[in-house]
Amino acid sequence: MLIKVAHPFPIKPSEITPEVVHADRRRFLRQAGLATAGAALFGYGPAKSVGAEAELAPLNVARKSEMAGGETVTPYADITHYNNYYEFGTAKEDPSRNAGRLRTRPWSVVVDGECEAPGHIDIDDLLKPQALEERIYRHRCVEAWSMVAPWVGLPLADFLKRFRPTSKAKYVAFETLYDRQQMPETARGVLDWPYREGLRIDEAMHPLAFLSVGLYGRVLPNQDGAPLRLTLPWKYGFKSIKSIVRVRFMERQPEVTWNKMAPDEYGFYSNVNPAVDHPRWSQAQERRLGELFKRKTLMFNGYPEVASLYTGMDLRRFF
Amino acid sequence: MIRLWAWRAAAWSLGLLPLALGLKSILQGRLGANPVEFVEHFTGDWTLRLLLATLAMTPLRMLTGLTEPIRVRRILGLWTFAFLCLHFLTYLVFDLSFSMTQLAEDLVKRTYITLGFTAWLLLLALALTSTVGWQRRLKRRWITLHRLIYPAALLGAIHYLWLVKADTREPLIYLSILLVLLGFRLPWQRLMGRQRARASAKVDP
Ligand code: HEM
Repeated sequence: MLIKVAHPFPIKPSEITPEVVHADRRRFLRQAGLATAGAALFGYGPAKSVGAEAELAPLNVARKSEMAGGETVTPYADITHYNNYYEFGTAKEDPSRNAGRLRTRPWSVVVDGECEAPGHIDIDDLLKPQALEERIYRHRCVEAWSMVAPWVGLPLADFLKRFRPTSKAKYVAFETLYDRQQMPETARGVLDWPYREGLRIDEAMHPLAFLSVGLYGRVLPNQDGAPLRLTLPWKYGFKSIKSIVRVRFMERQPEVTWNKMAPDEYGFYSNVNPAVDHPRWSQAQERRLGELFKRKTLMFNGYPEVASLYTGMDLRRFF
Repeated sequence: MIRLWAWRAAAWSLGLLPLALGLKSILQGRLGANPVEFVEHFTGDWTLRLLLATLAMTPLRMLTGLTEPIRVRRILGLWTFAFLCLHFLTYLVFDLSFSMTQLAEDLVKRTYITLGFTAWLLLLALALTSTVGWQRRLKRRWITLHRLIYPAALLGAIHYLWLVKADTREPLIYLSILLVLLGFRLPWQRLMGRQRARASAKVDP
């Protein structure tokens, strides 16, 4: 199956980098104007300037696809300052503050299990020969907020096929780095580390499943899952595991972190589905970052092309 | 008299402090990527903090013997209710767009909303009857009625515990403080006295 490219990429490459600067400038103006009033009242200056992410290395992007129905892309500052990455703290701003400790080089990924060519792969060896593409995807968090982000990376299938999975490989499991030194917040044991996720092999091989290494034309900021993370736009955000160090092909369905933590609240599949509520809150609506009122959530987050993966399945049972 | 004024000023400052902090965040453009969530959490946090401050007045009186804490209790209670109303309003406007059918649905399906809303109803009754006039009219029943703050506070704290995803540290801290404050209300002397009486009864048949 081919990916339907909804629109030709509407933004010229030269406009991507300026958005990073642009976000800074807007923020700066906002802060400068308001902070003058604020300073007069409370004696405070503007908050500290936005981080060093703007200096992250630009990536060579060979192909661009707009796959979010032409919706407005969320500003860089929001995508990088509103994160769920519990290894760096549970508040949304924590990762942008704490993920600076993460060392993303050297970085290698161990791939093993039911495949003919298991092994280690160094992130730079992976990236050097790889033509990268950009995809603008909607992102829907299980907490009922959403955004639109321009990811840079490669189809997950292209990566997985290198290791030649065997016919026994029915599932793929992924694991995030777990290092107490770089991630001191993990000492609190909010989740059962390391963070683990998994997909059925046909889901993992689906053309929409993406392995991201960049954001807004540049290397991924640490808080967004550097140096490489999954991007699965039809599933709730927590399925898109960050900072991957291990991939394993498996015959049985792997254990995954949130499902293990609360099996009645987070299913293995966790496809975006407005008809199946989280036990504690509704999934029918979501708040897009940058908008005040809620909007309707779309089935599979507006990616109906994945529906054929689940024909004949009761999505209430396999939520 | 001067001491009472100082206590009153302190109580008003405590009520005005979150307003000033909120205004500061707005002026500095620091509501973040999700301003509605920021306001919902900010007002929720301060409702709970002011509620605990209100409930701390009786223990404070027991520990210090001062009467001023009791005389500023109403100020704190009404500020608590003001923040709760802002909290509720944020939810009504931005989460529900004032849809009453959706409110009804949430009240039935979302336990944390049911708990919070019940707390709001109880505190509404207390705010309405907080005047001296109602105090006179209800006499002793006023005291009984205003004990409803205990279940309201428990509901509010459990509402918070119920809605967090995995990190229960903060709601558990608030709940523990609440339990300690409520613990002061137990009739310890009577309980101890009875035990002592029972103990002595055993030794001395
Ligand atoms: C005494 C009563 C109440 C107290 C003490 C209270 C307190 C809180 C607290 C502490 C939070 C979490 C803040 C944070 O995460 O930092 C919260 C969140 C919230 N509360 Fe309340 N609340 C009360 C009543 C209500 C009522 C009446 C409603 C609406 C009917 C309500 C709706 C909400 C909502 C929608 C959230 C946000 C949930 C989310 O983040 O998904 N609360 N509340």
